[in-house]
Amino acid sequence: MMAISNIIPLFVAISLLGAFIISIIGKKLKWIPDVIGNTTTLILLGLSVLAMWTIVTKGTLVYSVGGWKLPIGIALVLDGLAAFMLITVNLIAFSVSIYSISYMKRFTSKWKFYTLFLLMVAGMNGVVVTGDIFNLFVFLEIASVASYALVAFGTERHELEAAFKYTVMSTVGSLFILLGIVFLYSYTSTLNMADMANVLAQKGMSNIVIMVSILFIMGFGLKAALVPFHAWLPDAHPSAPAPISAMLSGVLIKSLGIYTLCRFFYNIIGINSSFSSILMILGTLSMVIGVFLAIGQWDFKRLLAYHSISQIGYVILGIGLGTPLGIIGGLFHLFNHSVFKSLLFLNSGAVEYATGTRDLKKMGGLMTKMPVTGTTTLIASMSIAGIPPFNGFWSKLIIIIAAVQANRLGYAFWAVLASILTLASFTKVMKYAFFGELRTRWSGIKEVPFFMKIAMVALAIICVIGGVLLIPNVNQIFLKPASDVLLEGTKYADIIFKGIQ
Amino acid sequence: MIIYLLCLMLFCCGLYCILRKRNIIKIILGIIIAEYAVNLFFILVAYRMGGRAPILSSDVEIVNMVDPLPQALVLTSIVIGLATTALLVALAMRIYEKYGTFDITKIKELKG
Amino acid sequence: MSKEHDKGMSLIVKVITRLTVGLILLFGIYIVLHGHVSPGGGFAGGVIIALSFVNLMLAYGKDVALKKISKSAMSFFESTGALLFLSIALLGFSGGYFFLNFISKGEPFRLFSAGIIPLCNIAISLKVGAGLFAIFVVLVLLKFEWEKKE
Repeated sequence: MMAISNIIPLFVAISLLGAFIISIIGKKLKWIPDVIGNTTTLILLGLSVLAMWTIVTKGTLVYSVGGWKLPIGIALVLDGLAAFMLITVNLIAFSVSIYSISYMKRFTSKWKFYTLFLLMVAGMNGVVVTGDIFNLFVFLEIASVASYALVAFGTERHELEAAFKYTVMSTVGSLFILLGIVFLYSYTSTLNMADMANVLAQKGMSNIVIMVSILFIMGFGLKAALVPFHAWLPDAHPSAPAPISAMLSGVLIKSLGIYTLCRFFYNIIGINSSFSSILMILGTLSMVIGVFLAIGQWDFKRLLAYHSISQIGYVILGIGLGTPLGIIGGLFHLFNHSVFKSLLFLNSGAVEYATGTRDLKKMGGLMTKMPVTGTTTLIASMSIAGIPPFNGFWSKLIIIIAAVQANRLGYAFWAVLASILTLASFTKVMKYAFFGELRTRWSGIKEVPFFMKIAMVALAIICVIGGVLLIPNVNQIFLKPASDVLLEGTKYADIIFKGIQ
Repeated sequence: MIIYLLCLMLFCCGLYCILRKRNIIKIILGIIIAEYAVNLFFILVAYRMGGRAPILSSDVEIVNMVDPLPQALVLTSIVIGLATTALLVALAMRIYEKYGTFDITKIKELKG
Repeated sequence: MSKEHDKGMSLIVKVITRLTVGLILLFGIYIVLHGHVSPGGGFAGGVIIALSFVNLMLAYGKDVALKKISKSAMSFFESTGALLFLSIALLGFSGGYFFLNFISKGEPFRLFSAGIIPLCNIAISLKVGAGLFAIFVVLVLLKFEWEKKE
């Protein structure tokens, strides 16, 4: 009785419903937050697979909320890039929510955690699905405010200080974004993304568009932790509880920062060579500075946070190249990084759950006592360092080949250098944490509980078979629609308007 | 034109407070001022010369209205600012409980 | 009688508050209900309703105000407001679109017109009013650890 495009608003509605139902009845019984939280994320994962299938068979879907005609009403758009991001976000959210059934037993008031977690997932889904600029800002703020509260969840000294720094810097970023939206609205007098693309294509480049672009690079760069704006990330990601670190590093900085940058610079403002160079320079700076700062770290989670900065630099380099191969490489690396970085943070949480410390110098020889954790960390480290045949190798190879093909050999050299240093850094992690001899104080530790093991093993399996996404048949379904959306540039607007009829 | 410049100068005042003040409460006040400046700028952009308030009523004939869309958007933005401010104040109170001071030069445990 | 005079503010403030706090609550409800005809609506009316309770708490001390509405009731109202709003939005599916205005719209400028908008206003005012008062109560009731030991 209903058209298939009715599933688009359900991504936001179901997560909000789950969050508020947990808020009312979660205090009474102990098992209700777990059940409702995991059921909600499972339903969302199923819906996103259904959405990807719909894209392949039917093309871009446009849904106008409340039946109001475009461009007056709010439009929800489901195209290749949106479906790709939806699968990434919901897959990681599902595994993290299974992991936190056991991990969050150490904290009080688990129902507050699940409420905030589902609010954050609702915000991220909303950012990806919407086609209206102010709606994007509202969902961005919902996800950000939920994450500020989640970073401070344990209310110890370090967590509060890190949460305060993160909140202040991220609020300044949101203010820059809002200022950019105000300037764009006053120039084009419309809020719909497709309509704005049409108007900007007609009016051409002017000073206001350049100022708006700079404001957006500053604002979204603060959310995505690009290099001049990265100072909040090494404090915020280690201090959060481990499942939240996985969500923040794995999907939040990508959905709020990189997806919105792509949307604005490819589809609305239209890419040209100066924006391309700015993105590539910022990407290279992130890659190199992230990895150099990570080498000297001895805190496990802080090292992983610096490596996040570095790998996001790879993604921005790939997307900033602008060639079809570069965009496919960048998007594939985005998906891979979500999977293996979340797995690494979940592993560090498992190590902390068992031993109670994050300092690499104090650990040693944990592989004998915690085989599942050790093996999954080994798989994830080999992925991030780019060793074949794991998924990280394929995406880094594509980015480096794309850089060489576009005749930008300097960037390719820095990419290879950063990859070698990443390999060195993770060899150090594996040697100090898992191999070597077991110290006597750790002789009594056990392997982590069942739910944590299941989540880590599932993500590790995706790491191993991730290369399969490049086979031409699978490529058509998953990566190609996403990169096609970005390559069309401002012709996106025509597709949206055609999709209404 | 000059009124837009004054509004942006208010935004820069708020930004200066966030960057240079040492007390946590003054940083929060800087965020509040900057948010206020952006909302004010949004409303000023919506003004049309000779327009009246965009409220329909059954007896008055409407000729020329200011733009009503930014007024709805600014309402949403004020609510978002309220939520962020409440969270920041709660964080500041908890920091005072744990560290005993509001001075950010003394709250520097995370380094490296 | 002397115990009541120790908490809260002076006698003049208490008398005036007793006279006006009910009027403030009524004014807030009026702004919420006429949101589709005159300026105001859910958020502004919700703030005024919350401020009437805050006024009570400031003038009489926190025990009197918390006896009128307890902390758990605040939390319940807040979530109920959000769930009501979401269910109105999901009911729009019956007309074919999310958030569709599916109740009949009467003639303009009357009180019972404009479809779902008055119901949405009521839901939003519940959430905003309860939320603001809950923020205030939590910040007042925050007990530091070194105070708890006394």
